[in-house]
Amino acid sequence: MIKVRKLVKRFGLKTVLRGLDFEVRTGEFVALLGPNGAGKTTFLRILASLSRPTLGELRVAGYPLPSQAAAVRARLGVVTHMPLLYGDLTAEENLRFYARMYGLGQADIRLAEVLELVGLSARRRDLVRTFSRGMQQRLAIGRAILHDPEVMLFDEPHTGLDQEACDMLDRILREVAARGRTVVMTSHDLARVEDLASRFDVLSRGVITASAGRDGLGGNLLDFYRGALAG
Amino acid sequence: MKPQPKALTFLTLLSALFLAGALAMVFLYAPLEAVMNYVQKIFYFHVATAWVGMLGFIVAAVAGVLYLIRKDLKWDIVELAAVEISLVFFLIAIVSGSIWARPSWGTWWTWDARLTTAAILELVYLAYLLLRQGIEDPERRARFGAVYTLIGGISVPVTFLSIRLWQTIHPAIIGTASAEAQGGFDMAPAMLHTMFFALIAFSVIFATLLWQRIRLGKLAEQVEQMKLKISE
Amino acid sequence: MSSDRKGPTPSSRPPASFSRAVFAVAWKDLAAELRSRELLSAMLVFALLVILIFNFAIELAPSLRPTVTPGVLWVTFAFAGTLGLNRSMAIEKDRGCLDGLLLAPVDRAAIYFGKMLSNLTFMLIVEIVVLPVYSLLYNTNLFVPGLLGVILLGSIGYVAVGTLLASMAVQTRTRDVLLPILLFPVIVPVLLSAVRASGGFLQGLPMEQIRPWINLLAAYDVIFLAVAYMVFDQVVEE
Repeated sequence: MIKVRKLVKRFGLKTVLRGLDFEVRTGEFVALLGPNGAGKTTFLRILASLSRPTLGELRVAGYPLPSQAAAVRARLGVVTHMPLLYGDLTAEENLRFYARMYGLGQADIRLAEVLELVGLSARRRDLVRTFSRGMQQRLAIGRAILHDPEVMLFDEPHTGLDQEACDMLDRILREVAARGRTVVMTSHDLARVEDLASRFDVLSRGVITASAGRDGLGGNLLDFYRGALAG
Repeated sequence: MKPQPKALTFLTLLSALFLAGALAMVFLYAPLEAVMNYVQKIFYFHVATAWVGMLGFIVAAVAGVLYLIRKDLKWDIVELAAVEISLVFFLIAIVSGSIWARPSWGTWWTWDARLTTAAILELVYLAYLLLRQGIEDPERRARFGAVYTLIGGISVPVTFLSIRLWQTIHPAIIGTASAEAQGGFDMAPAMLHTMFFALIAFSVIFATLLWQRIRLGKLAEQVEQMKLKISE
Repeated sequence: MSSDRKGPTPSSRPPASFSRAVFAVAWKDLAAELRSRELLSAMLVFALLVILIFNFAIELAPSLRPTVTPGVLWVTFAFAGTLGLNRSMAIEKDRGCLDGLLLAPVDRAAIYFGKMLSNLTFMLIVEIVVLPVYSLLYNTNLFVPGLLGVILLGSIGYVAVGTLLASMAVQTRTRDVLLPILLFPVIVPVLLSAVRASGGFLQGLPMEQIRPWINLLAAYDVIFLAVAYMVFDQVVEE
């Protein structure tokens, strides 16, 4: 579903990603771990077609990047720590706008379905500006799954959420994953992702330094993570 | 650090010679103009500096387009070099134009199409430098800079045309008739020779400065690279 | 892979058409503005203030009005316009919405034209309010069909370049101050020809004297819409 070969990303003279290899099979839920500044967000932005790779080969959802970016975008759902929503539109209007941008025709049924899934049906007529951070984040997930994407990318989705909102988010994430979608999620919060993901990759100094499935952790995630950073 | 290439050293020396030659021709070879006397002598360098400004403007626009197509940062260095040179030489042209205008038309400034366009172009360049200053990422800086030089490269000639159009429909605001305002006076052959020599001399100076500035830009890039290597 | 879930064709869902995306972007701007009225009220109040200040700054004596009016109007539009352009792009940047737009499977130029269309609408609304107010305050008839045409052409040129430059300006460190500095030197042809053409209509000059300015405005509009169409993805992409 995602295939990355020897990915290099430079910002001017600074090299952020240095020949990164990465592969995700359909239905996997990969947690991408790593210290701040390791290049997690940069990597995710490249996968999301928001940033161009300097060198390397990428295929997402079966299409090469950046040459067929539009095809990839149609099959991709992205959630960042920014909600990407308009404060002066209602929840429903925000979703309707994005439905139009994704070329979904009569989207009313789909809209109702998505609002139900993220638990915002009751507040669909309210302005997003009045929403709490947690509600905005839930709507952001609604926005990202609207067009039924095959691949979902989450960039630190838990940032700035309180405990309750985090639990709600986890519930939605599990639901999303249960539908057979491929998920890549960055995080620096190990405890959060431990029960969510099916695979754990560590990104450090611009490359993936370790990768293990849930069974291959050999003890707990923290030890695995420390080992990956040290080695 | 690579030493300065031999050809560049040669070109630098050549510019100095040409500049001295141009000065000598202006003061020793070209005859004194009957009406304006010595003030007219500024004309040779005024035209030549405006010419260099023009060259820089064209080189910057071309480099900008090449950057947008190729995405090679070397074109960004060329573009910035050309803009800086053009900025300085148009400023010299404007100031020398004013010095020329004061005794001949009794005013420091006329809203002549060329003079006004040059002034607007200076503002475009200042905006360009401010734009660059506000961006950290070198690639984005190069892209935005190139887009802005492209927009400026198209709008400034249109500005010139529109000011021309304005003046043909409206009579000149300052008392002098427009033919004289174009700097019209009878040129003796010796004056013409001097003017062309000055144009050639300043073209060589332009090439030298552009090369030097590009070299400086590349050296600055190397310094940044070394700094990064140390910090890692 | 996509084929086992979505049927045999590689693009089972057609990408949103260009015009649909353009109108979707413009629609969401207008819908949001209809609700908050932040941008329009700021532009309008500012425009009225500028006109008022002009009254004190230059004596708008009745004898001078026909010659000064076009200049006052266009300076007012240009100043109020930067306010609107800045705000319209800041909205996209604040909650990361620009990324949201860029993630949609549409041509980036559609985003440009959508933003341009909503900015143009805001501009025209301000102009529609300013014109009668000015007429009333200074007892000048401004309802000349030709003048309205000039205002439309001039506004298109202004917004065509302004939308492109505003989307660059918001991505810089100095975003609050940069837009007018970038914009004004490159829209001199628009302002000059719009002022001349407006003045021509207000003074009832023969059409031969106005036409060159109209042609210039139209040419500027076409050129810069084309340039913006070609370079917009360079401005928003990383």
